[in-house]
Amino acid sequence: MKEQTAQCAHWHASIRIVISILLIWFLVSLGCGVLFREYLDTHMPTVGGAPFGFWMAQQGSILSFIGLLLLYRFLMNRLDKKHGLEDAS
Amino acid sequence: MSQELWNYLLIGLSFAIYIGIALRSKAGSTEDYYVAGGGVSPFANGMATAADWMSAATFISMAGGIAASGYNASRFLMGWTGGFVLLTTLIVPYLRKFGKVTVVDFLGDRFDSTTARLVGVVCAIFISMTYIMGQMRGVGLVFSRLFEIEIATGVLIGAAIVFFYAGIGGMKGITYTQVAQYVVMVFAYTIPAIFISLLLTGNVIPQFGLIGTYTKEGAEVAVPLLEKLNQLNVDLGFAKYTDGNLDTLDMFCITAALMFGTAGLPHVIVRFFTVKSVKAVRTSACWTLACIALIYLTAPAIGAFARVNFINEVNQSTYEDVPEWFHNWEDRGLIAWVDKNQDGILQHQSGAVFEGRVPEFSDERGLSGERIITNTLTANANEVYYDQDILVMANPEMAGLPRWVIALVMAGCVAAALSTAAGLLLVLSTSISHDLMKKVLKPNMTDKQEVHYARLASFFSLVIAAYFGINPPSAIVAKTVAFAFGLAASSFFPTILMGIFFKRVNKYGAIPGMVCGITFTFSYITYFQFFADHSNYWLGISPEGIGFVGMIINFVITLSISYLTPPPSAKIQAMVEEIRNPSGAK
Repeated sequence: MKEQTAQCAHWHASIRIVISILLIWFLVSLGCGVLFREYLDTHMPTVGGAPFGFWMAQQGSILSFIGLLLLYRFLMNRLDKKHGLEDAS
Repeated sequence: MSQELWNYLLIGLSFAIYIGIALRSKAGSTEDYYVAGGGVSPFANGMATAADWMSAATFISMAGGIAASGYNASRFLMGWTGGFVLLTTLIVPYLRKFGKVTVVDFLGDRFDSTTARLVGVVCAIFISMTYIMGQMRGVGLVFSRLFEIEIATGVLIGAAIVFFYAGIGGMKGITYTQVAQYVVMVFAYTIPAIFISLLLTGNVIPQFGLIGTYTKEGAEVAVPLLEKLNQLNVDLGFAKYTDGNLDTLDMFCITAALMFGTAGLPHVIVRFFTVKSVKAVRTSACWTLACIALIYLTAPAIGAFARVNFINEVNQSTYEDVPEWFHNWEDRGLIAWVDKNQDGILQHQSGAVFEGRVPEFSDERGLSGERIITNTLTANANEVYYDQDILVMANPEMAGLPRWVIALVMAGCVAAALSTAAGLLLVLSTSISHDLMKKVLKPNMTDKQEVHYARLASFFSLVIAAYFGINPPSAIVAKTVAFAFGLAASSFFPTILMGIFFKRVNKYGAIPGMVCGITFTFSYITYFQFFADHSNYWLGISPEGIGFVGMIINFVITLSISYLTPPPSAKIQAMVEEIRNPSGAK
């Protein structure tokens, strides 16, 4: 029974992590790179010689994805440990 | 040493490495054949997945596509990398914990239904088949361009090599050859980029070069590279490089469909079954995206450099003064010039030079020595035709690099096509041997027989793929991206996701959801590809983006029917609980 509640708590916490990661994912790619691209191109400082929205679409989003996966890995591993659900290595 | 000799040497050497690796890793059991024994290191799997993922089209055509369409091409850049965030957070850790060897296995077990399994098999085969045809064609094209042999011979050579290590060695044979292929690809792609970046912007890192200043004509006229490119584009009548001209909704749908499709492609998902634990899956996903990003972050730089360079060197130059690479690629039929206004000077502008897709050359030469083409010319003033693919292939020549670099790029093109073909072949053969034979038709067969069937299935899949590689059904090839990603986005991705995250979802909802999703997507693409002679798309969404709508249809149907019908059995609910627990993956 105890393990069941631990697993339940782990599951709910992991859903929160996934949703937060995907919100940022949406914002940096489809948000900055597509929906608000024109606005950002004109209203944000340029990145080097590149308009901000354009840069997000071709470079920034990809860099953010790597950051997001590293963050996901860190948070999930920590969560597993907290709830005692990690594999003994 | 001549270019020809270098090409033979480097491509031959790379083949010897692939075959050497394959000989050392012969699969003995289904475990070896399907998941390479399950103990691949996260880093090795990251490189292998990156090679598996990046196809001939990505390697050869993507930078050219970016050069031609600027901002518009961002949909591929974001779509084909962003999908890995979805894949990692929503799909692969759970399927790895599930611990079976194919994606279709999950559908069959989770929904406890042979129908679900069969729908999955049909999807997996159709997606992988359309995809692999393009790869075989890619191998053939590279060989034919390099060694001036028939495309058919090139396809057959490629098919034989892939069969040798993938068909015989299964996942075990594929994994380490893909690692080697990734290494070849990454050098082949980045070395020319670094040199061309130095040449144009003085920056050794191409990604900084892209946002840096254009310094080739001296420091006093230095402007940001992208500004220079916008200026050139506008002068020649193209849309601004950093603006593009796609409708925002269409751009949104295509990018989304590519992302969700990526997260549902079986040949990518199964690569993560080869690592040891759920924790290893997470680490491996980080490596995978890092390896892919190395090439995807370089592509926009290559695209921008190549375009500036091409316009500067070619436009308003005389035929004698254009650089040597122009003549080389004209000889191979990928560049053409028609002196429409007969001033002896090359003018490049927007618009098609002639009617038809590719130039037809006659044997004669024109006044300046150019090859004469026989196509009907168009009225616009553009005189220079070039195939977009040359921007990657001619990159080393444009940057004035030595011959061995050119040969390395060619070896990279071949590696990209072979690695993807091998991964797809594995999905095709396991769909037949495991999902169809073992799970449906002949449940009693032994492990050895199953591996035997897998090899047999991969042989016949390759024969079919090679046939279509030689005689491509052009209407399908032209829409490979739409079909493969659209169908993956509307079938595998949503159904697997709901199978994991919604315990209440049952077979009564999942099967019609999947069927409606695919049918809608498939019909939409087919209608605009084969029947409609116009492109008045619904809400302006092109066939490449319709998979996003198909996915929403799948979600709505599956969820609404599932909540109106009885929940799945206690056994299945317990299974879902078990998948969500990250510890104890076998």
